[in-house]
Amino acid sequence: MTKIRRIYAIPYMFWLVLFVIAPVLMIVYQSFFDMNGQFSLINYQTYFASGKYLTMTLNSVWYAFLITLITLLISYPTAYFLTKLKHKDLWLLLIILPTWVNLLLKAYAFIGIFGINGSVNSFLTFTGIGPQQILFTDFSFLVVATYIELPFMIMPIYNALEEMNPSLISASRDLGANNFETFRRVIFPLSLNGVKSGVQAVFIPSLSLFMLTRLIGGNRVITLGTAIEQHFLVTQNWGMGSTIGVVLIIAMVVVMLLTGEKKKGGRK
Amino acid sequence: MKKFPWSRLYLAVVFVMLYTPIFYLIFYSFNDGGTMNRFTGFTWDNYTAVFEDSRLLIIVLNTFMLAFLSALIATAIGTFGAMAIYYTKQRSTRNALLSLNNILLVSPDVIIGASFLIFFTMIGGLFRSFSLGFTSVLLSHIAFSIPIVVLMVLPKLREMNDSMVDAARDLGANNFQVVKNIILPFLSPGIIAGYFMAFTYSLDDFAVTFFVTGNGFSTLSVEIYSRARQGISLEINALSTLVFLFSMILVVGYYFISQENVSRRVRKNRQKREVTDLQ
Repeated sequence: MTKIRRIYAIPYMFWLVLFVIAPVLMIVYQSFFDMNGQFSLINYQTYFASGKYLTMTLNSVWYAFLITLITLLISYPTAYFLTKLKHKDLWLLLIILPTWVNLLLKAYAFIGIFGINGSVNSFLTFTGIGPQQILFTDFSFLVVATYIELPFMIMPIYNALEEMNPSLISASRDLGANNFETFRRVIFPLSLNGVKSGVQAVFIPSLSLFMLTRLIGGNRVITLGTAIEQHFLVTQNWGMGSTIGVVLIIAMVVVMLLTGEKKKGGRK
Repeated sequence: MKKFPWSRLYLAVVFVMLYTPIFYLIFYSFNDGGTMNRFTGFTWDNYTAVFEDSRLLIIVLNTFMLAFLSALIATAIGTFGAMAIYYTKQRSTRNALLSLNNILLVSPDVIIGASFLIFFTMIGGLFRSFSLGFTSVLLSHIAFSIPIVVLMVLPKLREMNDSMVDAARDLGANNFQVVKNIILPFLSPGIIAGYFMAFTYSLDDFAVTFFVTGNGFSTLSVEIYSRARQGISLEINALSTLVFLFSMILVVGYYFISQENVSRRVRKNRQKREVTDLQ
């Protein structure tokens, strides 16, 4: 098998080197250059010395945390109830379907819904509360981000619940556990891997939703992603952008370590 | 007495939440008024505008071609990548490969976009003929789709009974036959799922494309972003309706195909059980 394995794995290995290892190294390398292409530590100095960047980082992490939490709270019951349905494949596809509608289109829909003359405000006027500024607030950013990330949380949890061996649940029943106990001691712990990959799939992208901050957040919410986009495509300060990128990579590694699968047992 | 189906109600609410914005878009695509605020009258004008906008149509075509191509290539590379990871004997190497595989999957889009921009700019410095455009976007889409495919295929490989491979070998199958007749057919649900996921990601991607697209080439997301920043145009609503209907047809088709497979498999299992019962 060894020889053939090497042949079919070649494109994959090429990909690993060219598109995974090299770009990461390059972004780290780039972060040590200032705007004039001189090697320096000025970017890191700016980053850690100014309260502006640090507050922005904290804010960004906080928003991502909130988005992840809300998404998880909505998704877990959804995934759980889905596994109980008759035509669950079809229903799951209906969950996936909105992800086929372009992200930008969904954000665009919310511009209409939340707008100052939009339907939510018409409803508020109708109920007597009166129109509110909804678009371009933190609230609208959170709602839209949650909406967009929802399917990406439901799917891994659903998969984890689906893969579970049903005889474990029967066993728990036979041993006298009620619904709640079964859920707490059997179903939830076994679905934890799904929850973890869901958190991975939601938290990290939430740090970088720069288009939402621009379209929905009205530039009030500045995330790490917004800052990177700004530095790369607007001010062309690739060094500073890369520095923030390195910070983002570190955040990513931390999340991965926290949510990674635990090593099983000793090595034998 | 039946209990009130709270779970059904909850699911209904979630589904309504998921679909409201989409139907909102569709509803206003027929609006005469030019805004998404008040429905003033029914019209097809927004649709005719889409079909007369050849630039937009080319962008749609580009987007779908890009998704189709990148998912295809990524599925091929990713499937074999998953096998490479699975058949790596040394545990430490395997874990290292897996972590590397996951890097792009958990990386924020912005990082992928920015690092690919640096990467492609460097390549552009080495080879004069290379510039940002379709090729760079395609390469990036393939690159970020591969780990998704690997992730969909790998669990199937773990599910696979290795003694099937051993049995095939004992019966004289060579490597190629083992891969073609045993491993790939068994993996096909994972491969199909991987392809669809890759397709989805590619269609949905904005951030990475935005970074590496350069001037000449544009995808639907990038186009919508630039238009949405200028305000509402119902032409986009009409277009999104069409794209939505198209996805719907694809999904229903996919459902029936997978359904047929399932029933065939169930039937086969039943036959098998009957045979073993007889023995």
